[in-house]
Amino acid sequence: MARSKNEAFWWSLFAAGGGLAAMLVPVHIIVNGIGEPQGWVSPAGIRDLVAHPLAKLYLLALFSLPFFHCAHRIRHILYDFGLRGMPAPVAIVCYGAALLSTLWAVSVICSL
Amino acid sequence: MAERTITLEVFRYRPDSEQEPTFQSYTVPYREDWVVLDALNYLKDETDGSLSFRWSCRMGVCGSCGMMVNGTPRLSCSAFLKEYYPGPVRVEPLANFPVERDLIVGIDDFMNKLKSVKPWIVRDKEQPVSEGEYRQSPAQLATFKQYSMCINCMLCYAACPVYGLQPDFVGPAAIALAHRYNLDSRDQGQSLRKEVVFSHEAVWECTFVGECSVVCPKDVDPAGAIQQEKALGALDLVKSVLMPWGSR
Repeated sequence: MARSKNEAFWWSLFAAGGGLAAMLVPVHIIVNGIGEPQGWVSPAGIRDLVAHPLAKLYLLALFSLPFFHCAHRIRHILYDFGLRGMPAPVAIVCYGAALLSTLWAVSVICSL
Repeated sequence: MAERTITLEVFRYRPDSEQEPTFQSYTVPYREDWVVLDALNYLKDETDGSLSFRWSCRMGVCGSCGMMVNGTPRLSCSAFLKEYYPGPVRVEPLANFPVERDLIVGIDDFMNKLKSVKPWIVRDKEQPVSEGEYRQSPAQLATFKQYSMCINCMLCYAACPVYGLQPDFVGPAAIALAHRYNLDSRDQGQSLRKEVVFSHEAVWECTFVGECSVVCPKDVDPAGAIQQEKALGALDLVKSVLMPWGSR
Protein backbone atom coordinates (compact mmCIF):
# COMPACT_ATOMS: atom_id res chain seq x y z
CA MET A 1 0.00 0.00 0.00
CA ALA A 2 1.19 3.49 -0.79
CA ARG A 3 -0.07 6.97 -0.15
CA SER A 4 -2.32 8.10 -3.01
CA LYS A 5 -1.93 11.79 -3.81
CA ASN A 6 -4.31 11.49 -6.78
CA GLU A 7 -7.11 10.32 -4.52
CA ALA A 8 -6.36 13.11 -2.05
CA PHE A 9 -6.63 15.64 -4.91
CA TRP A 10 -9.95 14.36 -6.25
CA TRP A 11 -11.39 14.03 -2.76
CA SER A 12 -10.38 17.64 -2.02
CA LEU A 13 -12.41 18.82 -5.01
CA PHE A 14 -15.26 16.53 -3.92
CA ALA A 15 -15.23 17.91 -0.38
CA ALA A 16 -14.98 21.53 -1.50
CA GLY A 17 -17.79 21.01 -4.03
CA GLY A 18 -20.00 19.34 -1.45
CA GLY A 19 -19.40 22.16 1.02
CA LEU A 20 -20.22 24.82 -1.56
CA ALA A 21 -23.30 22.99 -2.79
CA ALA A 22 -24.60 22.52 0.74
CA MET A 23 -23.93 26.05 1.96
CA LEU A 24 -24.18 28.39 -1.03
CA VAL A 25 -26.61 26.80 -3.47
CA PRO A 26 -29.53 27.23 -1.03
CA VAL A 27 -28.58 30.92 -0.73
CA HIS A 28 -28.73 31.30 -4.51
CA ILE A 29 -32.02 29.45 -4.68
CA ILE A 30 -33.45 32.03 -2.29
CA VAL A 31 -31.72 35.10 -3.76
CA ASN A 32 -31.87 34.30 -7.48
CA GLY A 33 -34.51 31.62 -7.69
CA ILE A 34 -37.10 33.25 -5.45
CA GLY A 35 -35.85 36.79 -4.68
CA GLU A 36 -35.47 37.93 -8.30
CA PRO A 37 -38.89 36.74 -9.57
CA GLN A 38 -40.53 38.17 -6.45
CA GLY A 39 -38.85 41.53 -6.98
CA TRP A 40 -36.92 41.43 -3.68
CA VAL A 41 -33.64 41.57 -5.56
CA SER A 42 -32.92 43.76 -8.57
CA PRO A 43 -31.86 41.74 -11.67
CA ALA A 44 -29.96 44.78 -12.90
CA GLY A 45 -28.00 44.86 -9.63
CA ILE A 46 -27.15 41.18 -10.02
CA ARG A 47 -25.96 41.79 -13.60
CA ASP A 48 -23.73 44.65 -12.41
CA LEU A 49 -22.36 42.43 -9.67
CA VAL A 50 -21.44 39.50 -11.93
CA ALA A 51 -19.56 41.84 -14.26
CA HIS A 52 -16.89 42.16 -11.59
CA PRO A 53 -13.92 39.76 -12.04
CA LEU A 54 -14.10 38.58 -8.41
CA ALA A 55 -17.77 37.71 -8.86
CA LYS A 56 -16.88 35.75 -12.00
CA LEU A 57 -14.23 33.87 -10.05
CA TYR A 58 -16.79 33.15 -7.35
CA LEU A 59 -19.26 31.84 -9.94
CA LEU A 60 -16.60 29.64 -11.47
CA ALA A 61 -15.95 28.01 -8.08
CA LEU A 62 -19.68 27.78 -7.41
CA PHE A 63 -20.28 25.87 -10.64
CA SER A 64 -17.06 23.94 -11.12
CA LEU A 65 -16.47 22.43 -7.68
CA PRO A 66 -19.94 20.85 -7.42
CA PHE A 67 -19.34 19.36 -10.90
CA PHE A 68 -16.27 17.60 -9.49
CA HIS A 69 -18.22 16.64 -6.38
CA CYS A 70 -20.80 15.02 -8.60
CA ALA A 71 -18.15 13.31 -10.75
CA HIS A 72 -16.39 11.81 -7.72
CA ARG A 73 -19.63 10.46 -6.28
CA ILE A 74 -20.72 8.98 -9.61
CA ARG A 75 -17.28 7.41 -10.03
CA HIS A 76 -17.63 5.55 -6.73
CA ILE A 77 -21.23 4.56 -7.51
CA LEU A 78 -20.06 3.09 -10.82
CA TYR A 79 -17.39 1.13 -8.96
CA ASP A 80 -20.07 -0.20 -6.61
CA PHE A 81 -22.19 -1.14 -9.62
CA GLY A 82 -19.45 -3.45 -10.84
CA LEU A 83 -17.06 -1.27 -12.85
CA ARG A 84 -14.29 -1.52 -10.27
CA GLY A 85 -12.24 -3.54 -12.74
CA MET A 86 -11.74 -0.56 -15.03
CA PRO A 87 -10.83 2.33 -12.76
CA ALA A 88 -8.98 4.46 -15.33
CA PRO A 89 -11.78 4.68 -17.97
CA VAL A 90 -14.39 5.35 -15.28
CA ALA A 91 -12.26 8.12 -13.76
CA ILE A 92 -11.53 9.66 -17.16
CA VAL A 93 -15.22 9.73 -18.11
CA CYS A 94 -16.38 11.13 -14.75
CA TYR A 95 -13.70 13.75 -14.19
CA GLY A 96 -13.57 14.48 -17.94
CA ALA A 97 -17.28 15.32 -17.84
CA ALA A 98 -16.66 17.61 -14.86
CA LEU A 99 -13.82 19.30 -16.72
CA LEU A 100 -15.92 19.81 -19.85
CA SER A 101 -18.75 21.17 -17.72
CA THR A 102 -16.28 23.55 -16.09
CA LEU A 103 -15.14 24.79 -19.50
CA TRP A 104 -18.76 25.32 -20.45
CA ALA A 105 -19.27 27.26 -17.20
CA VAL A 106 -16.22 29.39 -18.03
CA SER A 107 -17.68 30.28 -21.42
CA VAL A 108 -21.05 31.18 -19.87
CA ILE A 109 -19.43 33.24 -17.09
CA CYS A 110 -17.20 35.09 -19.55
CA SER A 111 -20.25 36.03 -21.60
CA LEU A 112 -21.96 37.66 -18.61
CA MET B 1 -49.08 -21.57 32.60
CA ALA B 2 -46.87 -23.06 29.90
CA GLU B 3 -43.35 -21.74 29.73
CA ARG B 4 -42.92 -19.21 26.96
CA THR B 5 -40.43 -20.15 24.24
CA ILE B 6 -38.74 -18.49 21.30
CA THR B 7 -37.31 -20.03 18.13
CA LEU B 8 -33.72 -19.48 17.07
CA GLU B 9 -32.81 -20.14 13.44
CA VAL B 10 -29.10 -20.75 13.67
CA PHE B 11 -26.66 -20.83 10.79
CA ARG B 12 -24.84 -24.16 10.79
CA TYR B 13 -21.75 -25.05 8.80
CA ARG B 14 -19.54 -28.00 9.62
CA PRO B 15 -16.96 -28.16 6.85
CA ASP B 16 -15.83 -31.65 7.92
CA SER B 17 -19.27 -33.13 7.20
CA GLU B 18 -21.21 -30.60 5.05
CA GLN B 19 -20.61 -29.03 1.67
CA GLU B 20 -23.10 -26.22 2.15
CA PRO B 21 -24.30 -24.28 5.19
CA THR B 22 -27.84 -24.80 6.47
CA PHE B 23 -30.16 -23.23 9.03
CA GLN B 24 -31.25 -25.22 12.03
CA SER B 25 -34.24 -24.23 14.15
CA TYR B 26 -34.10 -24.57 17.90
CA THR B 27 -36.70 -23.73 20.50
CA VAL B 28 -35.36 -22.25 23.72
CA PRO B 29 -37.07 -20.96 26.86
CA TYR B 30 -37.93 -17.26 26.56
CA ARG B 31 -36.75 -15.13 29.43
CA GLU B 32 -36.84 -11.35 29.41
CA ASP B 33 -33.39 -11.03 30.92
CA TRP B 34 -31.78 -13.39 28.41
CA VAL B 35 -29.66 -12.18 25.57
CA VAL B 36 -29.06 -14.12 22.34
CA LEU B 37 -25.76 -15.38 23.78
CA ASP B 38 -27.62 -16.85 26.78
CA ALA B 39 -29.91 -18.70 24.38
CA LEU B 40 -26.95 -20.02 22.41
CA ASN B 41 -25.23 -21.19 25.58
CA TYR B 42 -28.46 -22.89 26.66
CA LEU B 43 -28.51 -24.70 23.30
CA LYS B 44 -24.86 -25.65 23.62
CA ASP B 45 -25.34 -27.00 27.16
CA GLU B 46 -28.77 -28.60 26.86
CA THR B 47 -29.59 -29.36 23.25
CA ASP B 48 -26.71 -29.47 20.79
CA GLY B 49 -23.12 -29.53 22.02
CA SER B 50 -21.81 -29.36 18.46
CA LEU B 51 -22.89 -25.72 18.01
CA SER B 52 -19.78 -23.53 17.76
CA PHE B 53 -19.51 -19.82 18.50
CA ARG B 54 -17.07 -17.41 20.13
CA TRP B 55 -17.79 -15.61 23.36
CA SER B 56 -15.97 -14.58 26.49
CA CYS B 57 -16.95 -11.72 28.79
CA ARG B 58 -20.78 -11.61 28.39
CA MET B 59 -20.72 -7.86 29.11
CA GLY B 60 -19.88 -6.06 25.86
CA VAL B 61 -16.21 -5.60 26.63
CA CYS B 62 -14.26 -8.39 24.92
CA GLY B 63 -15.74 -8.05 21.42
CA SER B 64 -15.78 -11.82 20.81
CA CYS B 65 -19.46 -12.58 20.32
CA GLY B 66 -20.33 -10.46 17.29
CA MET B 67 -22.96 -12.10 15.07
CA MET B 68 -25.67 -11.16 12.62
CA VAL B 69 -28.91 -11.13 14.60
CA ASN B 70 -31.91 -10.85 12.28
CA GLY B 71 -29.56 -9.44 9.66
CA THR B 72 -27.94 -6.76 11.83
CA PRO B 73 -24.42 -6.99 13.25
CA ARG B 74 -24.80 -7.18 17.03
CA LEU B 75 -22.85 -8.31 20.05
CA SER B 76 -24.92 -11.35 20.99
CA CYS B 77 -24.28 -10.58 24.66
CA SER B 78 -26.16 -7.30 24.36
CA ALA B 79 -28.95 -8.36 21.97
CA PHE B 80 -31.87 -9.14 24.29
CA LEU B 81 -34.38 -11.79 23.26
CA LYS B 82 -37.16 -9.40 24.25
CA GLU B 83 -36.15 -7.15 21.34
CA TYR B 84 -37.10 -10.00 18.99
CA TYR B 85 -40.00 -11.67 20.81
CA PRO B 86 -42.06 -13.56 19.65
CA GLY B 87 -39.37 -14.37 17.10
CA PRO B 88 -38.04 -16.23 15.31
CA VAL B 89 -34.52 -14.90 15.76
CA ARG B 90 -32.13 -15.63 12.94
CA VAL B 91 -28.51 -15.92 14.07
CA GLU B 92 -25.73 -15.93 11.47
CA PRO B 93 -21.99 -15.39 11.44
CA LEU B 94 -20.73 -11.85 10.82
CA ALA B 95 -21.31 -10.84 7.20
CA ASN B 96 -18.36 -10.15 4.88
CA PHE B 97 -16.08 -12.64 6.67
CA PRO B 98 -15.21 -16.21 5.68
CA VAL B 99 -17.04 -18.76 7.85
CA GLU B 100 -14.83 -21.30 9.56
CA ARG B 101 -17.53 -23.23 11.42
CA ASP B 102 -21.11 -22.41 12.42
CA LEU B 103 -21.01 -18.87 13.85
CA ILE B 104 -17.22 -18.60 13.87
CA VAL B 105 -15.59 -16.41 11.22
CA GLY B 106 -11.98 -16.13 10.11
CA ILE B 107 -10.36 -12.97 11.44
CA ASP B 108 -6.89 -13.20 9.86
CA ASP B 109 -7.66 -10.48 7.30
CA PHE B 110 -8.86 -8.11 10.00
CA MET B 111 -5.86 -8.82 12.24
CA ASN B 112 -3.42 -8.15 9.39
CA LYS B 113 -5.15 -4.88 8.56
CA LEU B 114 -5.16 -3.86 12.19
CA LYS B 115 -1.44 -4.50 12.44
CA SER B 116 -0.74 -2.60 9.21
CA VAL B 117 -1.81 0.73 10.75
CA LYS B 118 0.50 0.35 13.75
CA PRO B 119 -2.14 0.82 16.45
CA TRP B 120 0.28 1.55 19.22
CA ILE B 121 2.25 4.58 20.41
CA VAL B 122 5.23 5.12 18.14
CA ARG B 123 8.09 7.28 19.40
CA ASP B 124 11.06 8.52 17.38
CA LYS B 125 13.11 7.97 20.49
CA GLU B 126 11.89 6.57 23.79
CA GLN B 127 12.76 8.83 26.70
CA PRO B 128 14.49 7.10 29.61
CA VAL B 129 12.32 5.95 32.51
CA SER B 130 14.23 8.34 34.78
CA GLU B 131 12.65 11.26 32.93
CA GLY B 132 9.21 10.11 34.00
CA GLU B 133 6.01 9.37 32.18
CA TYR B 134 4.70 11.06 29.05
CA ARG B 135 2.29 13.55 30.57
CA GLN B 136 -1.02 14.34 28.96
CA SER B 137 -3.65 16.94 29.81
CA PRO B 138 -7.37 16.07 30.07
CA ALA B 139 -7.94 18.11 26.91
CA GLN B 140 -5.32 16.10 25.02
CA LEU B 141 -6.89 12.87 26.27
CA ALA B 142 -10.34 14.04 25.18
CA THR B 143 -9.22 14.42 21.55
CA PHE B 144 -8.78 10.66 21.08
CA LYS B 145 -10.54 8.95 23.99
CA GLN B 146 -13.68 8.17 22.00
CA TYR B 147 -11.65 6.23 19.42
CA SER B 148 -9.81 4.25 22.08
CA MET B 149 -13.09 2.59 23.09
CA CYS B 150 -12.92 0.19 20.12
CA ILE B 151 -13.08 -3.46 21.21
CA ASN B 152 -12.19 -4.94 17.80
CA CYS B 153 -15.55 -6.70 17.58
CA MET B 154 -15.62 -6.29 13.78
CA LEU B 155 -19.32 -5.36 13.68
CA CYS B 156 -18.32 -2.33 11.61
CA TYR B 157 -16.75 -4.57 8.96
CA ALA B 158 -19.89 -6.71 8.83
CA ALA B 159 -21.98 -3.55 8.34
CA CYS B 160 -19.70 -1.91 5.77
CA PRO B 161 -20.92 -2.35 2.17
CA VAL B 162 -17.57 -1.12 0.86
CA TYR B 163 -15.73 -3.92 2.70
CA GLY B 164 -18.31 -6.35 1.34
CA LEU B 165 -17.59 -5.25 -2.23
CA GLN B 166 -13.89 -4.56 -1.86
CA PRO B 167 -12.12 -6.94 0.54
CA ASP B 168 -8.86 -4.98 0.18
CA PHE B 169 -10.45 -2.05 2.04
CA VAL B 170 -8.50 -1.49 5.27
CA GLY B 171 -11.83 -0.86 6.95
CA PRO B 172 -13.47 1.19 9.69
CA ALA B 173 -11.98 -0.14 12.94
CA ALA B 174 -8.38 -0.20 11.71
CA ILE B 175 -8.58 3.37 10.34
CA ALA B 176 -10.36 4.59 13.49
CA LEU B 177 -7.56 3.13 15.60
CA ALA B 178 -4.93 4.70 13.37
CA HIS B 179 -6.76 7.99 13.90
CA ARG B 180 -6.82 7.38 17.65
CA TYR B 181 -3.01 7.09 17.75
CA ASN B 182 -2.48 9.94 15.28
CA LEU B 183 -4.44 12.19 17.67
CA ASP B 184 -2.54 11.03 20.74
CA SER B 185 -0.16 13.77 21.95
CA ARG B 186 2.39 11.09 22.99
CA ASP B 187 2.53 9.55 19.53
CA GLN B 188 4.99 10.42 16.75
CA GLY B 189 3.99 7.76 14.24
CA GLN B 190 1.67 9.64 11.90
CA SER B 191 4.24 9.77 9.10
CA LEU B 192 4.64 5.98 9.35
CA ARG B 193 0.90 5.33 9.29
CA LYS B 194 0.07 7.64 6.42
CA GLU B 195 1.45 5.30 3.75
CA VAL B 196 -1.33 2.89 4.73
CA VAL B 197 -4.02 5.29 5.96
CA PHE B 198 -3.79 7.62 2.93
CA SER B 199 -3.57 4.73 0.46
CA HIS B 200 -6.21 3.93 -2.13
CA GLU B 201 -7.26 0.87 -0.09
CA ALA B 202 -7.85 2.89 3.09
CA VAL B 203 -9.56 6.25 3.58
CA TRP B 204 -10.15 6.96 -0.12
CA GLU B 205 -12.11 3.74 -0.56
CA CYS B 206 -14.70 4.83 2.02
CA THR B 207 -17.85 6.36 0.55
CA PHE B 208 -19.16 7.51 3.93
CA VAL B 209 -22.15 5.18 4.11
CA GLY B 210 -21.88 5.50 7.89
CA GLU B 211 -23.26 2.08 8.86
CA CYS B 212 -20.03 1.37 10.78
CA SER B 213 -20.90 4.11 13.24
CA VAL B 214 -24.54 3.00 13.42
CA VAL B 215 -23.70 -0.54 14.52
CA CYS B 216 -20.69 0.26 16.75
CA PRO B 217 -21.58 -1.00 20.26
CA LYS B 218 -19.08 1.41 21.86
CA ASP B 219 -20.10 4.60 19.98
CA VAL B 220 -16.66 4.96 18.47
CA ASP B 221 -17.85 6.65 15.23
CA PRO B 222 -15.36 5.12 12.79
CA ALA B 223 -17.04 6.96 9.89
CA GLY B 224 -16.20 10.29 11.53
CA ALA B 225 -12.62 9.15 12.11
CA ILE B 226 -12.25 8.24 8.43
CA GLN B 227 -13.61 11.62 7.32
CA GLN B 228 -11.16 13.39 9.60
CA GLU B 229 -8.31 11.29 8.21
CA LYS B 230 -9.42 12.21 4.67
CA ALA B 231 -9.15 15.89 5.59
CA LEU B 232 -5.67 15.20 7.01
CA GLY B 233 -4.81 13.38 3.77
CA ALA B 234 -5.88 16.42 1.73
CA LEU B 235 -3.81 18.66 4.03
CA ASP B 236 -0.86 16.30 3.55
CA LEU B 237 -1.23 16.73 -0.22
CA VAL B 238 -1.21 20.52 0.09
CA LYS B 239 1.86 20.38 2.32
CA SER B 240 3.66 18.05 -0.08
CA VAL B 241 3.03 20.53 -2.92
CA LEU B 242 3.88 23.70 -1.00
CA MET B 243 6.70 22.21 1.07
CA PRO B 244 8.03 19.18 -0.83
CA TRP B 245 11.14 19.11 1.37
CA GLY B 246 9.04 18.61 4.52
CA SER B 247 6.85 15.75 3.29
CA ARG B 248 7.94 12.24 4.13
